[in-house]
Amino acid sequence: MLVLTEGLVELNVEAKDAEDAIRKAGQLLVNEGLAEARYIDAMVKGFQDIGPYIVVAPNIAFPHARPEAGVIEKGVSIIRLSEPVKFGHPTNDPITLVCALCGVDSKSHIEMLQALATLLRDEDKLKTIMNPEASKQDVLAII
Amino acid sequence: MKIVTVCGMGFGTSLMLLLEIQSIAKGHGFEVNGEAVDLGSAKGMSCDLMVASSEISSELVDEPVEVISINNLLDRNEIEQKVMPAIQKLSKKG
Repeated sequence: MLVLTEGLVELNVEAKDAEDAIRKAGQLLVNEGLAEARYIDAMVKGFQDIGPYIVVAPNIAFPHARPEAGVIEKGVSIIRLSEPVKFGHPTNDPITLVCALCGVDSKSHIEMLQALATLLRDEDKLKTIMNPEASKQDVLAII
Repeated sequence: MKIVTVCGMGFGTSLMLLLEIQSIAKGHGFEVNGEAVDLGSAKGMSCDLMVASSEISSELVDEPVEVISINNLLDRNEIEQKVMPAIQKLSKKG
């Protein structure tokens, strides 16, 4: 079950690179009180240390870190970039959609992953989310 | 038969992948045991098959078992087409 409020979705965001995109998606979680600021650093560090494992599908990345890295409450934020950026993935670059996850434990983490996967497997919904013309209301309406 | 799924942290993506594989295999009449782990733990693990996201699979070339690489973790068709032939082959071996 995904709970996405207006503050957790941002469209046509400008990001200069992958780290910037992760930070901007993470900032929404912090703004909404779901994670501490250090959680953003942990997501960036994970990406830098382990590589583009967070790229789950063509054009889509799910940055996340472990619960003890500063999660307050489980949640997910979605940002769509105005210009895609490269994450260094062999087949799925460049990335347009960045969904930052913060789970309080592995159960909540996997539930959110599955809910996101179900949403993004729906071709019509994915088309709406990826459409640069779609407004935040359009996107929130289908989630 | 034991399948190990691998992702960067062993904390989400690999578990999602494992649940997908088990659900697909069940649809074909196979029960699959599995474990979702991070890259570091995967190395040297004893199993019949490893499945990993594509950017990680290159790190597992030295493993003694087949390693399947998945590009799109949200794409059930890709997972089914790549993993089911290996599961069928393993089930024949007993």
